[in-house]
Amino acid sequence: MFKLSPEGVEFVKSEVARYESKESAIIPALYRVQKENDNWVPNEAISELSQIMDIPEARINEVFHFYTMFNKEPVGKYHVQVCTNVACAMAGTREILKDLCDEHGVKVGEVTSDGRYCFQNVECLGSCGTAPMLQINQDKYNENLDIEKTKQLLKDLP
Amino acid sequence: MPESKLLTEHYHKDEYRGLQGYKANGGYQVIEKAFKMDPQKIIEEVLNSGLRGRGGAGFPTGRKWSFLPDNGEPRYLLCNADEGEPCTFKDRMMMERAPHQLIEGMVISAFAIKSHKSYIYVRGEYTESVEILREAIKEAYDAGYLGKNILGSGFDHDMDVYAGAGAYICGEETGMISSLEGKKGQPKLKPPFPAVKGYLGKPTIVNNVETLAAVVPIIKDGADAYKKFGTEKSTGTKLFSVSGDVQKPGNYEVPLGMPLRELIELAGGMKPSRTLKAVIPGGTSAPVLNKEEAEKATMDYECLAEMGSMLGSGAVTIIDDTRCMVDMLHVITHFYHHESCGQCTPCREGTGWLNKIVNSIVEGRGRLQDIDTLCKVADHMKGKTICALSDAAALPVLSFVPKFRSEFEFYIREGRSKVKGTRYAEMHA
Repeated sequence: MFKLSPEGVEFVKSEVARYESKESAIIPALYRVQKENDNWVPNEAISELSQIMDIPEARINEVFHFYTMFNKEPVGKYHVQVCTNVACAMAGTREILKDLCDEHGVKVGEVTSDGRYCFQNVECLGSCGTAPMLQINQDKYNENLDIEKTKQLLKDLP
Repeated sequence: MPESKLLTEHYHKDEYRGLQGYKANGGYQVIEKAFKMDPQKIIEEVLNSGLRGRGGAGFPTGRKWSFLPDNGEPRYLLCNADEGEPCTFKDRMMMERAPHQLIEGMVISAFAIKSHKSYIYVRGEYTESVEILREAIKEAYDAGYLGKNILGSGFDHDMDVYAGAGAYICGEETGMISSLEGKKGQPKLKPPFPAVKGYLGKPTIVNNVETLAAVVPIIKDGADAYKKFGTEKSTGTKLFSVSGDVQKPGNYEVPLGMPLRELIELAGGMKPSRTLKAVIPGGTSAPVLNKEEAEKATMDYECLAEMGSMLGSGAVTIIDDTRCMVDMLHVITHFYHHESCGQCTPCREGTGWLNKIVNSIVEGRGRLQDIDTLCKVADHMKGKTICALSDAAALPVLSFVPKFRSEFEFYIREGRSKVKGTRYAEMHA
């Protein structure tokens, strides 16, 4: 059962006080949960946030379900988000994504059996001059890739 | 014609990211000049400069500012850094290479429109930009460029960064305001425009990163100097994000009005033994240009509008003869279907149908009559919704299909691409 850390609770409270309208703190609060819970938001966290923030669960769920960066299910230790929009597709990312899935025996969006990876296609991330690109979790972009570089990148992860 | 680096002159220097380096290269001098000016004079200067919104719509910035009602309500300045238009990557570079230039432009703009609070709404994926901006804002507070009584001028201004969470629609100004208010990022009907009723119901000006940064050189050297760059109706310089089939993709700052073929040359030209086939000149929402049009086009608002396309965000995607236009459109329809906010029926349903039809063609299940159905659906999506996303989804279809109809017909008849070597590539949900 997930529970925010005491520091997490303090953070959410400070965000509630930070903005003119406390609802503005919903997005930062969901990010905090995700950070403390292996990059995804479990349902029980919505109730906890609702109590801390004094905002109805339905209001938080509305935001939670609208935005793609909040993961509703586990996404593995490394959520490998491969851009498959125009410039990246032209540079071969759909083939890279397929190769990665085939190599690890998973479909797009599935977590590998060891829980290490989840490969996901995403829309344009604004790195089109340095395509092909991918983003792992919410870290720094990985750019100018090819299939070999991508495989090496994944191997080098801790 | 070379680049004209009004904004990007010092971007190659790492020191320019920090406050000291920015100041060492002439930064934060214009803010002092601005504080000696009458705020109304700054608005007039921006109006006279002809500066148009650099995010996509191209609305005159000074005119937008002049819509603010004089009713004593607090005013907000909102910087649109939700750069989501596919193939656009200029704002990210601006925030990461020159965060203080944006802050300086925003403080001058805020002083002009008498706003004491601003937000920079950055798309959530740009975690690096967010970190860099937060650090720069902290530096600016410490140095007295933000906060109370800035540089002894008596003007107060607070600035904060807000990270979105993955939604193209939040780049639409009313969608962005909804998102900042902690709601789904769904656009609102206009009027009332944000300048009258925006964030929390208060007057709000929403301007793109590049627009706000451009205020710095305009106030520094004046509107007349700025107008020396560009054409009569498209003044100044513009950052173009050039991607796709060129040898040196990247951001290039050039005067508006530059011939497209010169911009392609600047980006290294076409790859060896390949020829130009098409260009998307302003982000995927902008109707595609065929080779003949691309060779004649100049990169300004009026020329591209005359050609039935638009300058948009300045994202220029170069497409060569090895590309299948059916496949390209497939990627684009998939995108708009994914990003429709679901509020208006023509968009929610239409984007789904467009994607389904193109999908059936690339999977080899297409019928010839699908081509007309595709155009009919797209036609019914235009001008019928709260925001422009529906039109943005329809326009690529209504340009790709008529201009490259033979490729669509071939794909349907033969069950494969007319362009040799193009494999069927699956798009995922």
